[in-house]
Amino acid sequence: MAVTRRQFMKVSAAGLAASSVGALGFTGAGEALAAGVRPFKLERATETRNACPYCAVACGVLIYTMGDRSKNARSEIIHIEGDPDHPVNRGTLCPRGAAALDFVRSPNRLKYPMVRKPGSDKFERISWDVAMDRVAKLVKEDRDKNFIAKNRDGVTVNRWLTTGFFGTSSQSNEAGYLTYKLVRATGLLGLEDQARI
Amino acid sequence: MTNSWNDIKNTDLVLVMGGNAAEAHPCGFKWVVEAKANNGAKLIVVDPRFTRTAAVADVYAPIRPGTDIAFLSGVMRYLLGNNKIQQEYTKAYTNASYLVKAGYKFEDGLFSGFDEGRKAYVDRSGWDYEFDEQGMAKVDETLQDPRCVINLLKAHVERYTPEMVERICGTPKDKFLKICEMIGTTSTPDRTMTSMYALGWTQHTTGAQNIRSMAMIQLLLGNMGMPGGGVNALRGHSNVQGITDLALLSTSTPGYLVLPTEKETTFADYMKSRAFKPIRPGQTSFWQNYGKFFVSQQKSFFGAAATKDNDWAYDYLPKFDTGYDTLKIVDLMAAGQMTGLFCQGLNLMMAAPDKTKVQAGLSKLKWLVVIDPLETETARFWENHGEYNNVDPKAIQTEVIVLPTTTFAEDEGSATNSSRVIMWHWKAAEGPGEVRSDIEIMSDLFHRLKTAYAKDGGAFPDPILNLTWNYSNPRNPDPAEVLKEINGYAVEDVPDPADPSKLLLRAGQLLPNFGVMRDDGKTASGCWIYTGVYTEAGNMSMRRDASDPTGRGVFSNWGFAWPANRRVLYNRASADPNGKPWSERKKYVWWNGSRWTGPDVPDYAPTVAPDKAVGPFIMNPEGTARLFARTALPDGPFPEHYEPMDAYIANPLHPKVTTNPVVRVFAADAKAFGKPDKFPIVATSYRLTEHFHYWTKNAHTNAVLQPELFVEMGERLAKAKGVKDGDWVEVTSQRGSIKAKACVTKRLRPIMVDGKPCDVLGIPIHYGFVGLTRKAHPMNVLTPPVGDASVQTPEYKAFLVDVKKTTPPAQSPAVA
Repeated sequence: MAVTRRQFMKVSAAGLAASSVGALGFTGAGEALAAGVRPFKLERATETRNACPYCAVACGVLIYTMGDRSKNARSEIIHIEGDPDHPVNRGTLCPRGAAALDFVRSPNRLKYPMVRKPGSDKFERISWDVAMDRVAKLVKEDRDKNFIAKNRDGVTVNRWLTTGFFGTSSQSNEAGYLTYKLVRATGLLGLEDQARI
Repeated sequence: MTNSWNDIKNTDLVLVMGGNAAEAHPCGFKWVVEAKANNGAKLIVVDPRFTRTAAVADVYAPIRPGTDIAFLSGVMRYLLGNNKIQQEYTKAYTNASYLVKAGYKFEDGLFSGFDEGRKAYVDRSGWDYEFDEQGMAKVDETLQDPRCVINLLKAHVERYTPEMVERICGTPKDKFLKICEMIGTTSTPDRTMTSMYALGWTQHTTGAQNIRSMAMIQLLLGNMGMPGGGVNALRGHSNVQGITDLALLSTSTPGYLVLPTEKETTFADYMKSRAFKPIRPGQTSFWQNYGKFFVSQQKSFFGAAATKDNDWAYDYLPKFDTGYDTLKIVDLMAAGQMTGLFCQGLNLMMAAPDKTKVQAGLSKLKWLVVIDPLETETARFWENHGEYNNVDPKAIQTEVIVLPTTTFAEDEGSATNSSRVIMWHWKAAEGPGEVRSDIEIMSDLFHRLKTAYAKDGGAFPDPILNLTWNYSNPRNPDPAEVLKEINGYAVEDVPDPADPSKLLLRAGQLLPNFGVMRDDGKTASGCWIYTGVYTEAGNMSMRRDASDPTGRGVFSNWGFAWPANRRVLYNRASADPNGKPWSERKKYVWWNGSRWTGPDVPDYAPTVAPDKAVGPFIMNPEGTARLFARTALPDGPFPEHYEPMDAYIANPLHPKVTTNPVVRVFAADAKAFGKPDKFPIVATSYRLTEHFHYWTKNAHTNAVLQPELFVEMGERLAKAKGVKDGDWVEVTSQRGSIKAKACVTKRLRPIMVDGKPCDVLGIPIHYGFVGLTRKAHPMNVLTPPVGDASVQTPEYKAFLVDVKKTTPPAQSPAVA
């Protein structure tokens, strides 16, 4: 008989209820109790394959979300656990990965673009449009002012040294590649990430 | 990693040195436990602290932080002196028999060609082989010539006697010899050792040479390319391997190509030093294909704007005068020479050494853009947090813009683990509030810049205007399309070189492998080593077939490992020169009479017969691996022990050259280093198993498990300082001081260095003034602003401090 993980959990829950109660002599009560056991909540959840965000073992994780993924509904992540099929972690997670849900749900998540003006003692919420417009303006202003087309020997160098870019080793390869393309196209040389710090 | 997490189960001996896998990489460490339980493997741990990895070791030995080269050179001396090397492997697969130029010398701590004024080896011409008239390196197959690499190596490590190792490292001689003996057992062809290391080896002014030392040991033992062998970097972030491959590094471009220097004024100049002609007869020298990879990359970046006539848009790339690594950027900031800075998921205030300098640097910027899913010290560097960040916001004129991002769970794409396996992950939910993905943010910035440059012009707009961004949804590209671009495709029809009447590739076709790449603009690929990850057969990073038919832990159909889905690098070396496995027990890749075969993809041309004598190290123009590094590293062709910049003792080998002579010290930091008279305790930084860098202090469970900063100190030191467990102490270095609670422990014991006890203090890195944990002084207040001579990785792992008992902070730390 092929038993899925979920069926196995269901059978186990029922078995547990039956055995512990049955041991006390309440014959028949086990079935009644098993029938009353709440359905395993992950049964109603959507399972998504992902990877732990922390170290480079990059353990496979399964993320469980509630919500039917219809366009007008927001899914909520309710549980994260190790992916038992992953050849490296085989379902296990360490104390960091096991708490990954608390990172996703951290009260310190940033939710809106903000600006802290010179000399100010607070952040103010701004719109994405205002934020990105400002960023693009600051970038262009500095690049246009300080771009070095030729060095002292008259050699074409096309570099820009007055702005730096620290990228993240936690983004996807695709995000990293697009970051690289854009940053390099500006001639910026001070591009780094966590790889050597 | 040269091998993989799963491959560790094939080993007979694990050396964990420069890492603490049981706590820092617990789910990878289980493969060590597997090897111990089911392969009879032993575990050696060499660490200043008795870690949880040490707790399950067969042998544990202490070592003073920053002395790994002395230890490893002592191991080499033992192996060479006791004939515990894999003779045939060493002779056939390394440069052991090559003759070194007479100009090479090593005297009093300095290699030949040193310039005292410039603090650099300005003349490295001696660090090379003798060449014959045909440009081939000369060898002495009998290994008798004293100028043979192996003989020079013997002479070089002769000074590292067990007594000298004990004097420098503080490792007791009997323990050291026991470890040498265990390592020596893996020189037989049927046994292998694996090396597992992390930041404990890289974060030193001799970081790259630490790793080289182990590579040399593994070559002497014949453990490279073997199952259960290799040199394995455990690595930090979940995609640090991928982001390294994709070159978010100052002077690199994706796939380990290098940006041009300003001396390479034309494409032809640039390619001159990248011809990589073989320097031994008949060798592959695979980097001869460099031009194909480079031109394909330029086509990928700049499309139709990269033509033969404009040297494939060579001038679109910046030409560097010097490297702009993290330490350099911070130095320029602190000198007021920078205007702006982006911190995309990198908390610079915590991650760079010498927090005071970082703080000063950020304060001098005109603007700072922080792109992050979490609150960080960097975004709030201008905010007053009492003594933990005692600044006046009014005095800081930096404009700070914060852009909130998605997390892993709210994002789709591929990432590469430390085994080089590229694996796709799927999006589970939308993020909170108005968060956007990094892809969307970079695309938005690109379009605004492109529009502005198209409309108003400005400095050299060409690369921005011509940058390819031809995705179905250019405002928020589908990661799958981006991965296709990284993989590469045919720009136009490519005829079959064997039969021009046929097509090898039709226009638009995804490249099946990097072997088909061309330097005539007909192919494009963002990162050649990733080619094969997304072919006409589909997205290989999505593969999830967990079968492993040979039981070797290869998992060929799970994701895609670069390069070419190869799981163990240099695996041709697992067979002898005749193509037979060195031993039945370690059989991995072999010649079956017509081709190379085995459970893995051969790291070799598949049908080149063993009698062609092509070496297994196909990336090197020699075809062999280098015990003598030639000029690959700036601080010597052989590793040498130098003290950390905060030197605990004068170097017993050469007191006049105590520290690495070619370390870069910025003028502003001339007085940044401490001396043992004032700072007599050796400190080292480390990570707790409950925390990841500076993120998990924002996660509830982790903050509960390890709520506050502490420093770990041994009982002897605590007694001497009158400190009891739980007391507050002040730790001071030349850079500054922090307060923390003392954790008095037996895990750290004095190490006998040069006959005298040396106390070691351990400091976890995770705490700051933002988060759910108690507020703390960031520990990088203490660390020195200096890096490895080769790659500028900061020296976080060995510095000098003093410690004294103190009162609790004036502002009692509360949850932020």
